[in-house]
Amino acid sequence: MAAIAAEIAVPLLILAAWQAWTVHANDPLFPRLSTILVQFKEMWLFSQFHLHVVPSLIRIGAGFTLAVIIGLIIGIPLGLSRWGRLLAMPHIEWWRAMPPPALLPISILLLHSIGDRQKISFIAFFCLFPILLNTIDGVRGIDPTLIETTRSYGVGGFERIRRVVLPAALPQIFAGMRTSLSLAVIMMVLTEYFSSTSGVGYVLLISKNTFQLAPMWAAIVLIGVLGYLLNVLLILVERRVLAWHRGWRAAAAQ
Amino acid sequence: MAPRLAGGGGAVSTVGRRLLEIRHVSKTYGSGDSATHAIADVSFAVDDREFVCVVGPSGCGKTTLLKCVGGLLAPTNGDILLRGTRVTSPPEEMALVFQEYGRSLMPWSTVRNNVLLPLRHKKLTRQKRNALVEEALEAVGLTPFIDRYPWQLSGGMQQRVAIARALAYQPAILLMDEPFASVDAQTRGDLEDLILRVREEFAITILFVTHDIDESVYLSDRVIVLTHGPTEVKASIDVDLPFPRDQIATKELPDFAHLRGHVYRLINREQVESGEELAATLKTATKGDRP
Repeated sequence: MAAIAAEIAVPLLILAAWQAWTVHANDPLFPRLSTILVQFKEMWLFSQFHLHVVPSLIRIGAGFTLAVIIGLIIGIPLGLSRWGRLLAMPHIEWWRAMPPPALLPISILLLHSIGDRQKISFIAFFCLFPILLNTIDGVRGIDPTLIETTRSYGVGGFERIRRVVLPAALPQIFAGMRTSLSLAVIMMVLTEYFSSTSGVGYVLLISKNTFQLAPMWAAIVLIGVLGYLLNVLLILVERRVLAWHRGWRAAAAQ
Repeated sequence: MAPRLAGGGGAVSTVGRRLLEIRHVSKTYGSGDSATHAIADVSFAVDDREFVCVVGPSGCGKTTLLKCVGGLLAPTNGDILLRGTRVTSPPEEMALVFQEYGRSLMPWSTVRNNVLLPLRHKKLTRQKRNALVEEALEAVGLTPFIDRYPWQLSGGMQQRVAIARALAYQPAILLMDEPFASVDAQTRGDLEDLILRVREEFAITILFVTHDIDESVYLSDRVIVLTHGPTEVKASIDVDLPFPRDQIATKELPDFAHLRGHVYRLINREQVESGEELAATLKTATKGDRP
């Protein structure tokens, strides 16, 4: 209880300071907190929720899920194969080093789309790398004794991947997923700046272009809240799936 | 009672009873100047239902040998024959128990699922599989812990899970690589008696690698003494101590003391010789051409 109170107390203090300062400064670039919150309530709770928030969430969800699936499908074999890594790593490093905005214009041409297909693909592409690299690393890091055990018992193929390789790499895969999820939010906003007619990023840009600063700030607040809540959600899933990992580490530390 | 079988380093014993044969096995890592000769030339045989302990000075390639036998490593030369068939990959009739129980068990699976893992790909009914798992865990006394995770158990109990997993797999021969080296002395004695008991119960053949001379004599029908690397067989000693063995009574027997002393002297001499050899090699190496 005390921990939760402490977690909430600091943001509340900051918000109070913001309100006090904006009232005092009276600067049109920094609307009062109360104005932003009223705006927030009008826009997002819930009149424009289905119009802009739902499309954004669908893009994040689909792009992120796609990245996880592709990351595992490519990452597990690469983790198991030294030759595969030798061949693939330069390409992975090259694309990973590419700044996302550099690929935004061409993604529209290549995918013949300015709709969800382009946005989801773009999010998935850049979310892929943290998951992929962590999967490769996690699979490579499996204890050789465990691998020899499975070999000596003739546990091979899909059974070995499902029961041994994937669970062993999962803690690290989750670390990659956390990085990717925050990237997904960034990519969502970025794609919605560019040839879009819906989404939180779109609302943010349009508000700025029409000098509606309260809606713009409301969109900024919403993006922050979304990013935070998505991360909390992922941590809850991780705690459930990796309950053994916490117990195991606690036992090892004794 | 286990049938007492005639031992003797691959000498006599009828062919029908011979389960495992190791024929002129050598293992070299690397090639050229950087090559390491881990095993020079090892030959011996293990009969059906025999308990053979392999002892040798530390670093003599015992583990390498066992991995070759288990089909995990390919020997550079020579053959491993299981019932006359050459071993090229891990055979279904063998199960391997490692020293590092903590690393060979899956921390994300319960005790039950750890034991079940190697049975999943066997063509068995679900009931049969579960029965095998429960029977094996019963034999090692872990039935109450079937739904726990390995890391919730003590070291000795974890090694019992690994033994149960090997038993449930129903191998003809159990290969054990210093399985009790990382547990405390009390637990170690308990585990030694446990393995002697399940050996009877499951009518199983055991090839047991250890660096502990007392343990090798206490457990086995026969002790194979290895030389310092590159490894060869130094001696094969029959252990004619009566069964069932007992931690106190057996170890008080004059025969036990005599056998133990015999093995000790063989290994000690080995270590002295290899020490002299090492000193000689070092001398030549320092004299030799350095880049």
